[in-house]
Formats: sequence, structure tokens, C-alpha cells
Amino acid sequence: MRGGMRNPMPEQPADVRNKNFEEVTLGYSPETAVDEAQRCLHCKVPQCVKGCPVNIDIPDFVHAVAEKDFAGAFTILKKKTSLPAVCGRVCPQENQCEKHCILGIKGEPVAIGRLERFVADTARANGQDRSEHVDITPKGIKVAVVGGGPSCLTAAGDLAKMGYDVTLFEALHKAGGVLMYGIPEFRLPKTIVQHEIEGLKDLGVKIMTDVIIGRTFTLHELLGEEGFKAIYVGTGAGLPHFLRIPGENLDGVYSANEFLTRVNLMGAWDFPHRATPVCHGKDVAVVGAGNVAMDSARTAKRLGAEHVYVVYRRSEAEMPARKEEIQHAKEEGVELHMLNNPQEIISNDKGWVTGIKCIRTKLGEPDASGRRSPVEIPGSEHVFNVDMVVIAIGQGPNPLLRHTTPDLVTNKKGLITIDDHEETSIPGVFAGGDIVTGAATVISAMGAGKAAAIEIDKYLSSK
Amino acid sequence: MAKILKKCHLSPAVTELTVEAPLIAHKCKPGQFVMVLADENSERIPLTIGDSDAKAGTITMVIQAVGNTTKHICHDFEVGDEIAHILGPLGQPSEMKKFGTVVMVCGGIGTAPVYPIAKAYHEMGNKVISILGGRTKELIMWKDKMAAISDELIITTDDGSEGIKGFVTDPLRKMMEEGNKPDYVVAIGPIVMMMNVAKTTKPFGVKTTASLSCIMVDGTGMCGGCRVMVGKETKFTCCDGPEFDAHLVDWDNLRKRSKMYVDQESVEYGCGGHCKCVEE
Ligand SMILES: Cc1cc2nc3c(=O)[nH]c(=O)nc-3n(C[C@H](O)[C@H](O)[C@H](O)COP(=O)(O)OP(=O)(O)OC[C@H]3O[C@@H](n4cnc5c(N)ncnc54)[C@H](O)[C@@H]3O)c2cc1C
Ligand SMILES: Cc1cc2nc3c(=O)[nH]c(=O)nc-3n(C[C@H](O)[C@H](O)[C@H](O)COP(=O)(O)OP(=O)(O)OC[C@H]3O[C@@H](n4cnc5c(N)ncnc54)[C@H](O)[C@@H]3O)c2cc1C
Ligand code: SF4
Ligand code: SF4
Ligand code: FES
Repeated sequence: MRGGMRNPMPEQPADVRNKNFEEVTLGYSPETAVDEAQRCLHCKVPQCVKGCPVNIDIPDFVHAVAEKDFAGAFTILKKKTSLPAVCGRVCPQENQCEKHCILGIKGEPVAIGRLERFVADTARANGQDRSEHVDITPKGIKVAVVGGGPSCLTAAGDLAKMGYDVTLFEALHKAGGVLMYGIPEFRLPKTIVQHEIEGLKDLGVKIMTDVIIGRTFTLHELLGEEGFKAIYVGTGAGLPHFLRIPGENLDGVYSANEFLTRVNLMGAWDFPHRATPVCHGKDVAVVGAGNVAMDSARTAKRLGAEHVYVVYRRSEAEMPARKEEIQHAKEEGVELHMLNNPQEIISNDKGWVTGIKCIRTKLGEPDASGRRSPVEIPGSEHVFNVDMVVIAIGQGPNPLLRHTTPDLVTNKKGLITIDDHEETSIPGVFAGGDIVTGAATVISAMGAGKAAAIEIDKYLSSK
Repeated sequence: MAKILKKCHLSPAVTELTVEAPLIAHKCKPGQFVMVLADENSERIPLTIGDSDAKAGTITMVIQAVGNTTKHICHDFEVGDEIAHILGPLGQPSEMKKFGTVVMVCGGIGTAPVYPIAKAYHEMGNKVISILGGRTKELIMWKDKMAAISDELIITTDDGSEGIKGFVTDPLRKMMEEGNKPDYVVAIGPIVMMMNVAKTTKPFGVKTTASLSCIMVDGTGMCGGCRVMVGKETKFTCCDGPEFDAHLVDWDNLRKRSKMYVDQESVEYGCGGHCKCVEE
């Protein structure tokens, strides 16, 4: 038994990686992975599993790694997650599996995410992930999956394995959802996402990009003349929120979604080889403190910004971003300016951003979210001189589907309402992921896709 | 993938493309547009559906080569080639009803998006007066097509080479000053033209709609790059529009935002950006 510290993750040096878009973390070597796995106590009542939204059999897969049975470990992972290479990289493990690991009480928890990534990367490198034969008995029943994010990819894969004839509809020109357009290359290489999508095609899933449900087809047309017997909706939370302060529509002000989509999905970092441009701010303010804000700040830095200021109205302790991302951002030279509330974005006479005026705050009583709420300090207004601003304060549900499907019941926030069986107000239409929960995590969206696949199977089997 | 079935040049800088897009052709309504990604390295750009044929499964777009992407599409694609991605139909369809007398004001290639709307208004029994404007005679497009669905067709050119010498706003103002107030005005064309139409009709209190062209990325409501100020509210052109009440649009902001990348692109492509197409 070994307690103490976990094996560190090898990574590119901070002052090198903040100038390129290659992956920051390099992954464990087999030796390190085995060493790390051997720290696990293989608990009889494993606490870690409770923290994993899809209940991965953590002790067993880690044990297989400790035994150098990497192929076996992969088989165990695949029983519960279809995207281990993704989850191993982007899960907020410190709030999930690793938070509950028993070793975390006295020392550091087992690096479960890093091991998951190692196993998935190994299987991808040696082809195991695509060679495993899956026996599928076709049922000849058509099921539609609306959206191309992690929740839909999971639902589509599971339904295909059950024998359904699955068609996935994605509005953009590439499936993957936030994994493609939001999370940057340096955290999640796009080849990995596309590799997983190719795997779905092997299972027989038809992927139709450039189709927007609500416009190209309505949900009712899919259920009617298009002949689908059930639908899974996982359209995500893609509607960017703005601050509603003066100056927000100036040139040089982006939503994080726009900034990241230009850079990730459209490859604007490679302009003019790729045709989509993006502003390269010299001094950039990023408003917000979640993963999205960290991704925006680190992306701006990589595009050559001298100063990137993260502006947040609470303190560092309240930042919702993953710890690792905050740490990485700091190492890369991103400057955190906590306890600042933006009031106005200022421009020159050509309509370009020249600064963002903020007022300092202090923390008061806890608010409805349980976090201490920011209280403005009168007279403390000051200006950050910047030539670009990225607003990363959250996303809501895109209203398109709701507007084009009046009988689809949503709540006050516009999120789709589902019952205990993941079913919406329209019989045969199921939903999950960010469109039901609001912006959450990759793994919770995948969990919802899995649960819905089971319910869809029950629903169709009972007919 | 959308195969190009027909291509013709309406003027040196304007190309008409008919492509195979059965799902979109089946669904589109006047006023809607598509997002086009010509090939994997291109930019996603919005283009209006100028005409469509549900039976043949085709849509027609009229494209003015103003910058890198539009030039690429107009110059490098021929009949038989495939456009990598087309998404649509997008945007709110035009308001369809019997208004009475409608004036359709088209600047340059604005005629393409106007055509299906004007045609529908005509078929519904509205009196359609169309004003087609351009810098010079060669830039007036779809004259015959428009004549066929208009009760009255007025042409203006800046240089007087055809029709009335002047701007589209001149006959419009004259009409209203003479007491022939239309019930509804639709303006589609360069931003400055639409802004001036709005200024012209406002004192007469004539309901006026403009179809805004702004920079878009996804066209699905996800990025907010297409936001415009209408009244005191921020709207997303791709899903709330593209048509808005022209009297409420913050034209100055729209103009500035539509030039956001001019410097960057002109350095890279040497287009200059500060050419007539922008200032027009
Ligand atoms: C920048 C960023 C960083 C993040 N970092 C992390 C992280 O480190 N760890 C983590 O766990 N989570 C992270 N998240 C959150 C996570 O990505 C999301 O919770 C997750 O992707 C939600 O998955 P989903 O399948 O519900 O929807 P999405 O991934 O949003 O996918 C929805 C898809 O549906 C498509 N669509 C929408 N409407 C339609 C329609 N009408 N017709 C057809 N297609 C449609 C969209 O184009 C999109 O591709 C991050 C999010 C962002 C934006
Ligand atoms: C809803 C909608 C419908 C449209 N329909 C058509 C159409 O039917 N035919 C057509 O030719 N064009 C149409 N446009 C405009 C077209 O999308 C732009 O001309 C195109 O995006 C320019 O791309 P580019 O790379 O060729 O030019 P860029 O190099 O990006 O820009 C060249 C010049 O055009 C300006 N510009 C850039 N994007 C736009 C834009 N979206 N609108 C106006 N000016 C812009 C720039 O400021 C620059 O000066 C439409 C725009 C919208 C929003
Ligand atoms: S999927 Fe995420 S939460 Fe579950 S074990 Fe893997 S890293 Fe932990
Ligand atoms: S709680 Fe920690 S030590 Fe125990 S099985 Fe899970 S990972 Fe291993
Ligand atoms: S173009 Fe992205 S929201 Fe409209």
C-alpha cells in the first residue's frame, strides 16, 4: 500500500505552450500509469464510484492497469462510458470521482482521470477501441437523435448497439457539440473527438450534419412522414448570455462562444490559411470565472495577447472552473482580477473597444446559490485598458426548438421538462444533457444520454 | 454536399448559382437564408435564398463577390462542383399578409432576396411597386423577373445610365410627398441604403422592414456574433431576424460591426476593404 502523493502529469512548459495550440498535458507513460494505479486500495466499498455520474467500475479498471492489463482496463471502462478519452481529459474529477477517493483524506486521491485517459489513449493507439466486434441484431426501427454533443453521441451509440436504426442530426458542419466548437484543442484535441464519432459510424449510426431540427425538419415531421419511432433531443445550452451593460455590442467584444467557435471549429488561429478571422487582442479582458472563461483567456494568450485579465465579481474561492484549468491559466500568464464587477465597455470614436470599466466588490452574505454574494464598493470604479473583451458568464438553452415546437413543454428558463423516464411532454420524444439541466458537464450529459437510451428501448419494446 | 447545377454571371461581380438542396428547397419560405461553407477551410457565410424549386429540389443564390469567401465561391466553383456544406432554411420568414400597397426597395443584389418576398406579396393580391437601384445600368439585376411580379417597376441608377438618375430613396420620397403613401415598405440592400430608406419613410410613418446583413458565424443562435440593437434590445439577426423594423435598428452600430474584420482581411488579401463595396 502506498499513500501520499500522486504521480504528476507531464506537460509542456508554460512559456512554450502558451504560444501554441498543442495539447498542454502529455499523458502518463505506461510505467507511471502502473505506478499510479498501484496506489489504489481496491476498496471493498469504493467511495470513488459514488462520485462518478456514470458509475464507472473504478477499482476494477484501475486494478487492471496496476496488473498491466491495459486492454482489460479499456473493456471495463467501455461498459459505462463511450468517450473515456474525452472524460479522462475534461471531467472535473476533483468534484466527482477523485473527490470521494479514500486516499484523498490523508494525501492525494488516485489520479483516476489521468488513468482513464491513459487507458483510452492506449486503446486508440493500438486500435483496440475500433477492433472490438459488437454483435448487433438490427431491429429495423428508426430512432432520431437531435444534436451532436456528448449526450447525443452517447445515446446514439447505445441505441445503435441495441439494434436501432439511428440517425443523428447536427446543425453545424461537424458533430461533437461543445467538444468541437467550445473546448479548445490544447485541452481536447479535435482528432480524438472525430475518432470517437467515426467509431459511431462503425456501429451503423448515420450522421447528418447541416440539418437544424425546427427548421430543416420539425420534431413532428421526424415522428410523422420521416418515420422515426422515437427521438432523443440533446441540443445543449448554446445561447450565450451577455452582461446587459453599455458598450457590449462594440467592435472587439465577443461572447466566449463566438470567440472559441472562430478559433476551434473554424480554425481562426490558422488564419489566413483557414479563411475565418478572429481579433488578436493585445490586452484582453475576459469576464467570468468558469471553464469557459479559462478557455477563452488561455486562447487569447495563445493568439499573442500581452495581458489577459480575468475579471470576476467574486473571489478565487468561488470560481467555478476546474482547479487544474485555473492553475494552468495562471502558469501561462493569465492575470486574475477578482472582486471586480464590469459596469461599462468603453470605445474610441471608431466603435472599437478601448477599455472596460469595473467597480470593486467585497463579499457579503451567502446568496441563493450558497456562495457569498458580491457587494459593490462605492467610488471604486476603475478602468482596464483593453482592446478586446470576451464575455464568458454562461449559456442558456437555444430557443429555436422551443419556438418551432409549441407543444414541447419547457420551464421558466427555457429548459426542456422531462419526467422520470426522461420523456418530454411529447410522447416518444426524450431529452437530456444541458438542454434539460442547463450548462453542466460532459459526463453528466453522457449519463443523461445513457439513461435516455434505456428508456427509449423500454418505450419502443412496450409498443 | 450540394452540387452546383447552374451558374451564370449577372454582372462581373455578381454570380447566380443554382444548387441541389432538396431538404432546404422543400422547406424554405420567403425571407429565409442559408449558411454556406464552400469547402472545409472556408468561412461560414450567410446567403439569402433567392429562388427555390421544391419539385426539382434546388435553391438559387445570388452572390456578390466582395471579399475572400464570396470571390472564392464566384470564381472557383463551376457547374458539377460541390459546395461542402449548406445549412438551412434559417431565420424568420417574412410577414405574409395583405397590406395593400407595398414598395419593395432593392439595392444592387438586394433584388435576389426581395424577389421571393415580392412574388408572394403579388400572389396574395398586394399592389407591388418595386424600386431597383444600382450605381450603373449593369448592376441592375433580375429586371424582367421583377417586372413579371410587380404592378409597377421603377429603376434608379447613380449615373443615370438607366431609369431615374439618383438613389432609390428619390422616387420613394416623391411618391410619399405626392400623397401616395404605401402601406408597407421593404428595403434590402447595402446597409447605408437601408438606413436611408428608413430615414425617408420615418417622417411619413410608413411601416418599414429591412433585412439586415451582418457578420455571422454559426447562424443557429449559438455565438451572438450577429447581434444588433433594435429599439433598446439586443437581438440575434440569425434567429430573431433577419428582418427587423427599420425605424428601430441602430444603424450606426450595425455599420461598425459589419466592418470589424476589414483591416485584418485587407492586409491578408489586399482587397483594401475600403473600397466602394463597403462605403456604398
Ligand atoms: C468552452 C467550454 C468549456 C467546457 N469545459 C468543460 C470541461 O472542462 N469539463 C466538462 O465536464 N464540461 C465542460 N463544459 C461543459 C460541457 O461541454 C457541456 O456540459 C456538454 O458539452 C453538454 O453536452 P450536450 O450533449 O448536452 O450539448 P452540447 O455539447 O452543447 O451539444 C449540443 C449540440 O446540438 C446541436 N444543436 C443545437 N440545436 C440543434 C438543432 N435544433 N438541430 C440540430 N442540432 C442542434 C448544437 O449545434 C451542438 O452541437 C464546457 C463548456 C464550454 C462551452
Ligand atoms: C441574412 C444575410 C443574407 C445575405 N444574403 C446575401 C446574398 O444573397 N448575396 C450576397 O452576395 N451576400 C449576402 N449577404 C452578405 C454576405 O454574407 C457577405 O457578403 C459575405 O459574408 C462576405 O464574405 P467575404 O468573405 O466574401 O467578404 P469579407 O472579406 O468577409 O468582407 C468583404 C466586405 O464585406 C463586408 N461584409 C462582411 N460580411 C458581411 C455581411 N455578412 N454582410 C454585409 N457585408 C459584409 C465586410 O465589411 C467587408 O467590407 C447576406 C448576409 C446576411 C446576414
Ligand atoms: S468518467 Fe469522469 S467522473 Fe467518472 S471516473 Fe471517469 S473521470 Fe471520474
Ligand atoms: S476510493 Fe480511491 S483507493 Fe478506493 S477504490 Fe476508489 S480510487 Fe481506489
Ligand atoms: S450567427 Fe451566431 S448567433 Fe447568429
